[in-house]
Amino acid sequence: MSAVRDGLLVAGRNLRRVPRIPELAIFAILQSVMFVLLFAFVFGGAIPLPGGGSYREFLMPGIFVQTVFFACVVTAIGTTDDVNKGLIDRFRSLPMARSAVMSGRAFSDLVYNAGILVVLMLSGLAVGWTVHTGPLALLAGAGLLLLVTFAMSWVGIWLGLMVPSVEIANQVGFIVIFPLTFLSNIFVPPETLPSWLQTVAEWNPCSTLTGAVRELWGNPNPYASDAWPAQHPIAATIAWTIVLVSVFAPLAVRRYSSLSR
Amino acid sequence: MEIISASGLTKTYRGRTGTVRALDGLDLTVAEGSVLGLLGPNGAGKTTTVRILATLLRPDSGRATVANYDVVREAQALRRVIGLSGQYAAVDENLTGRENLVLFGRLYQLGPREAQQRAEALLVEFDLVEAAGRVTKGYSGGMRRRLDLACALIGQPRVLFLDEPTTGLDPRSRLALWEVIRRQVRDGATVLLTTQYLEEADALASRIAVVDRGKVIASGTSDELKARVGGERIEVVINDRAQLDDAARVLGVALAAAVDGVPVDPASIAVQRDDAHRRLSGPARGGAARLVHVLRELDGAGIRLDDVALRRPTLDDVFLALTGHDASAPVAGEPSAATAAGGAA
Repeated sequence: MSAVRDGLLVAGRNLRRVPRIPELAIFAILQSVMFVLLFAFVFGGAIPLPGGGSYREFLMPGIFVQTVFFACVVTAIGTTDDVNKGLIDRFRSLPMARSAVMSGRAFSDLVYNAGILVVLMLSGLAVGWTVHTGPLALLAGAGLLLLVTFAMSWVGIWLGLMVPSVEIANQVGFIVIFPLTFLSNIFVPPETLPSWLQTVAEWNPCSTLTGAVRELWGNPNPYASDAWPAQHPIAATIAWTIVLVSVFAPLAVRRYSSLSR
Repeated sequence: MEIISASGLTKTYRGRTGTVRALDGLDLTVAEGSVLGLLGPNGAGKTTTVRILATLLRPDSGRATVANYDVVREAQALRRVIGLSGQYAAVDENLTGRENLVLFGRLYQLGPREAQQRAEALLVEFDLVEAAGRVTKGYSGGMRRRLDLACALIGQPRVLFLDEPTTGLDPRSRLALWEVIRRQVRDGATVLLTTQYLEEADALASRIAVVDRGKVIASGTSDELKARVGGERIEVVINDRAQLDDAARVLGVALAAAVDGVPVDPASIAVQRDDAHRRLSGPARGGAARLVHVLRELDGAGIRLDDVALRRPTLDDVFLALTGHDASAPVAGEPSAATAAGGAA
């Protein structure tokens, strides 16, 4: 009980900070909007989709996925900042649940990113993206996006506890996440890749999530290969979520309780 | 009744830059309701000691209890009776003063109403009512420290750990913070504070433990420690530089002479001279009576004085006498709280 209560208190604290540092949310949204504009208007015309279909409809689910993955860098930065400012020391000296700092962070990230996704979906509608399948499928897709957000939060928390400074958290996060989002089906067809990289791209959680969302929303998904994750993107995404949480949540908790030991 | 007791604490940090033995068999006891000042230079092991006693760090070996709770095995229960105010003001700079207090109060497991009430009372006590609704990013250093201390007190802890509470503060803020700390002690809290300021330990602590290279090398009241260095000293400033040699000779004889039937071992008398400031000093066996004798002799020899003082040794003198090195000379090694937390492992 107290673990839930303490987690919610920490989540409340994290969310209260959001409007006080509005730059964070604004730039997170601007970065995604920039990708939409860049790809929709610069590359969109040069990349014809096999079997037709609108490139922008193809692109938007991938943009949502990219946003969700980049969010874990923000999580890492926030965590490192708390460690370096001595706040984690204060938390660790209090008779509060040991998991609360982390579960609170994961929960507030979920709420924060849900807000960002709503803004992005509205801007997607403005450039011609739409959901063809219905409200239930819309919710299922959004739910899947948030599930992965939650899983990636734990990766971010763990990373944030491992690195010594905010700058390094930023750099490491960027170096890992940037290639991950590009080595996928988000922007381009994976079949142009060398075959071993193609396998990586097919199993990449960015690809499975993008494929799943496109499928759920009736957006074009022309590059689905015969590989298992491409054929079962929803199952593959749920499997990824379980793997990520069960690996990184224990790692983060262990790191937290052994900080500076 | 001892409320803090530590014996044989050791701690070694292993980092990229090599290993540092931060604690090397540290023993410590603190009586309930008293203030212990942990005094030592940077790297002596003060912060490591506090972090172990406040459950943030595990010792490699040795045992420690606070309020009868073992700091390792009963850490969670112990956290209910301690308050920690660190070297780096650990308040959330994007929350207001009031929000910080309420958050930490709730996490101290106070109910919502109780946390609110405690927060308001502390805001008044720490003179932060006006700033309570502002984000702490804009607070001055002194305000931040006061808020940090208030956060440590939100749960009315029995034992308060203050790690260098006034480092970096201007003299006025420091005095204000001292007053706040004294008030806590009057209200019955036990305080363990670390400091590099000898003056601060003297002003606040009922007992002082001098820490050097991971061990307590001396402890006692401030007066006891000063007595170990040899009591009071007479200091005179000679008006005319040409009289300095004469004055030193007369002073040496006057300090060694028997006064009021108190015999003095002449071998124990050494006159220190500081030519640049025309200053002479030496041990004043017999206190005021000795001062009178010295002045009479100097006057009789026709030596004119600019200044004269009977001065008790400072804790700087204590440190120099106990360790053979200056209190301000840093010893390389002890990781700061931030780097230790960030990844000294």
